[in-house]
Amino acid sequence: MNFDFSDDQKQLRDQARKFLAEKCSPKAVRVVLDGKAPYDKELWKGLAEMGFLGVAIPEEFGGAGAGHLELCVIAEEMGRANAPVPFSSTVYLAAEALLIAGSDAQKKKWLPAIASGEAIGTLALFEGKGNPAPKNVKLTAANGVLNGVKKPVPDGAIADFAVVAARTGSSGRDGDISLFLVDLKGAGVEVKSLTNLDPTRGQAEITFSDCKAEPLGAAGEGWSILTQVLDRAAVLCAFEQVGGSDRALEMGRDYALDRIAFGRQIGSFQAVKHMLADMYVSATLARSNSYFGAWALSTNAAELPEAAAAARISATQAFQHCAKNNIQVHGGMGFTWEFDCHMYYRRANAMALGLGSLSYWEDQLIDRMRKKNAA
Amino acid sequence: MNFEDTPQEAEFRATARAWIGANAPKQYEDELRKSSLGRTVLRNADILDVAKAWQKKKADAGWACLHWPKEYGGRGSSPIERVIWQQEEGPFGLLSRMFIIGHGMCGPTMMAFAREEHKRTYLPPLASGEKVWCQLFSEPAGGSDVAGLRTRAEKDGDDWVINGQKIWTSGAHYSDYGILLTRTDPTVPKHKGLTMFFLDMKSPGVEVRPIKQASGASDFNEVYFTNVRIPDHQRLGEVGDGWNVSLTTLMNERSAIGAAVSTGFPELFEYCSSLMLDDGPAIEDRAVRSKLANWAVKASGLKYTSMRAISALSKGERPGPENSIGKLVAGSMIQDVATYALDLQGASGVVSGEDAELAGRFQAMLLRAPGTRVEGGTDEIMRNIIAERVLGLPGDIRVDKDVPFNKIPTKGRG
Ligand SMILES: Cc1cc2nc3c(=O)[nH]c(=O)nc-3n(C[C@H](O)[C@H](O)[C@H](O)COP(=O)(O)OP(=O)(O)OC[C@H]3O[C@@H](n4cnc5c(N)ncnc54)[C@H](O)[C@@H]3O)c2cc1C
Repeated sequence: MNFDFSDDQKQLRDQARKFLAEKCSPKAVRVVLDGKAPYDKELWKGLAEMGFLGVAIPEEFGGAGAGHLELCVIAEEMGRANAPVPFSSTVYLAAEALLIAGSDAQKKKWLPAIASGEAIGTLALFEGKGNPAPKNVKLTAANGVLNGVKKPVPDGAIADFAVVAARTGSSGRDGDISLFLVDLKGAGVEVKSLTNLDPTRGQAEITFSDCKAEPLGAAGEGWSILTQVLDRAAVLCAFEQVGGSDRALEMGRDYALDRIAFGRQIGSFQAVKHMLADMYVSATLARSNSYFGAWALSTNAAELPEAAAAARISATQAFQHCAKNNIQVHGGMGFTWEFDCHMYYRRANAMALGLGSLSYWEDQLIDRMRKKNAA
Repeated sequence: MNFEDTPQEAEFRATARAWIGANAPKQYEDELRKSSLGRTVLRNADILDVAKAWQKKKADAGWACLHWPKEYGGRGSSPIERVIWQQEEGPFGLLSRMFIIGHGMCGPTMMAFAREEHKRTYLPPLASGEKVWCQLFSEPAGGSDVAGLRTRAEKDGDDWVINGQKIWTSGAHYSDYGILLTRTDPTVPKHKGLTMFFLDMKSPGVEVRPIKQASGASDFNEVYFTNVRIPDHQRLGEVGDGWNVSLTTLMNERSAIGAAVSTGFPELFEYCSSLMLDDGPAIEDRAVRSKLANWAVKASGLKYTSMRAISALSKGERPGPENSIGKLVAGSMIQDVATYALDLQGASGVVSGEDAELAGRFQAMLLRAPGTRVEGGTDEIMRNIIAERVLGLPGDIRVDKDVPFNKIPTKGRG
């Protein structure tokens, strides 16, 4: 048993942290936040050059072939830096779907392009309100042609391709859903940007009208592939959330040491100290749950579904908790656009919804625990 | 990162499992498994006798105090082996709670500060459960503020003479020895005038009076000292260095990390899995599931936090103040879990003891929980430790820090 990252992995973390501190300052994040660019292209290129985009993609498909533990390490740093790039949609969702279900030709086409930063990918799952569920997929696929509307699609406005969940049957079962791969630059695709909580990561509405698409994975297997993709993404997002929690805690701590009121550092007031201690506690619990998720992800252990749901819930709560109390510690300053607190608050609350809301994952966790107990 | 046993760990586990399977007092397994958190009572036997017998059996076969050196009655095991043992020991591990203060705090303090001959004399019978130890720190005047204590120790020839009173001393009524923090110099600031000893609880002048707790049980005591004599060779550390010695004790309390903290979650999950509500099974209810999921991730978060701490320990890192979160999180969680379990029972949740569902498991848990949030440092003190020692925030303002102890204004008790 060893419940820690290896020295090499920690070195990778340091390397990523240093790189992001240089290339992804809050000032750089603000260019995207203020709507002056849809994402940070320079940073995206840099991430590709560092080998971070393809860290978990096998070498034969143009990646570094390091593995998922390494990807977790990078994810944490992406969260810390609040990076305004389509990392989660491309790397956790699109690339993972391809890795799980892609044909050799599909992998050869898209994975090297992801690793090199040439292609941005996403997953088009949601259709308005509601959590992931087969019954919420209304977009249809017939004879390789898609019709319907997806929204919100993360990074949909800048993506080159999408993995699309479509209805191919009407039995009322999971087997009704199949996945398709769509070149978003082709015909029959209409993309509209949506305003959203966290402008550093865009959301879009995509309308497919008689749009040609190729199947990804076997027909009727869509839901089971999606579940795996969501579980894997849940662990990876949890690391981003842990990184964000830690950064929010750090900002709050630094401000508490810096700001003087009533003739003392505000960090000497016990109410403030205890608020920060509680932030530390939730961030620590989230980190520990995420480590277990990372282990399960990297070994594809039978525990993965349960571990993923636990990491997801714990990290979502921690990031929301730390981000909101970071603003509280900052007082009025925390509520200004000028201070960076709101960037993390936005990201925390947007991320809480991205893969389905907390209540969805709570349900998943309990179902999975019951299954395990019954087994 | 690896969550599975190495071949050596697997072998250790198999050996431990086989030994436990052949030797554990199985007649109590069911009762122990179903006992309430924090309160283990056996219907037809005295728990202390059963605990002592099991501990002795373990010690004779080399399974007691696994991480202690062999010459002091331990096994010299790695931190991970200790965890594996705890996993395998399962409900029988509850029996060793009788010795937690001795094994977790007094033993390590003795190991760090006692003379070699004393270590060899006193530690093996502590490890084997033949002798029970208690920790005599808290006083009416000093609980959170331990250094505010007033029990006096005055030098008289080769002895020290002790006068004063301790309170909340767990297990003092069945303890053979204790570690005792005293004031030897009231003219210097409070942290500087303390000295630590160990003593025989049967010494003349020691009087133990059990206190009835809020839970109804009597696990802790008042202890009075009237001209109790302790030979100087039973001093732990230098005269006036008692504060540092006591910090070692308190650090070790935290590093009893292997002991997975109980949260009440497995009990609640099991309960909700079988409970029927008016509208159907509790586990199908949206609100119940949400509560369960929130506690599930706290429980697993604590479990993996302690696994991370053990990994760090295995690499030779010292257990740090970050281990304070276990008790902080688990304490209020137990309380909330118990409250919720009773809520699910509706009006009948009020019935406790043998007359209750599950033999009053959650009712007993509820009544014990307030103590968990106080003993070994209150929630507030735990948060202070995290804020100051982990996050580096300023210490609380201490108006008495540099004032000679006998010049500190007093009011009320003491
Ligand atoms: C079940 C049980 C077993 C125990 N066993 C032992 C034992 O074996 N040996 C032993 O020596 N002691 C033992 N204790 C004593 C225990 O360590 C103390 O009760 C505890 O440290 C609190 O001290 P106190 O009771 O004096 O409360 P106080 O210190 O008077 O605290 C009262 C309230 O004030 C708060 N408070 C105090 N100081 C601060 C501060 N600086 N900042 C914020 N809030 C503060 C506390 O959090 C609490 O809410 C036991 C206690 C219990 C409940």
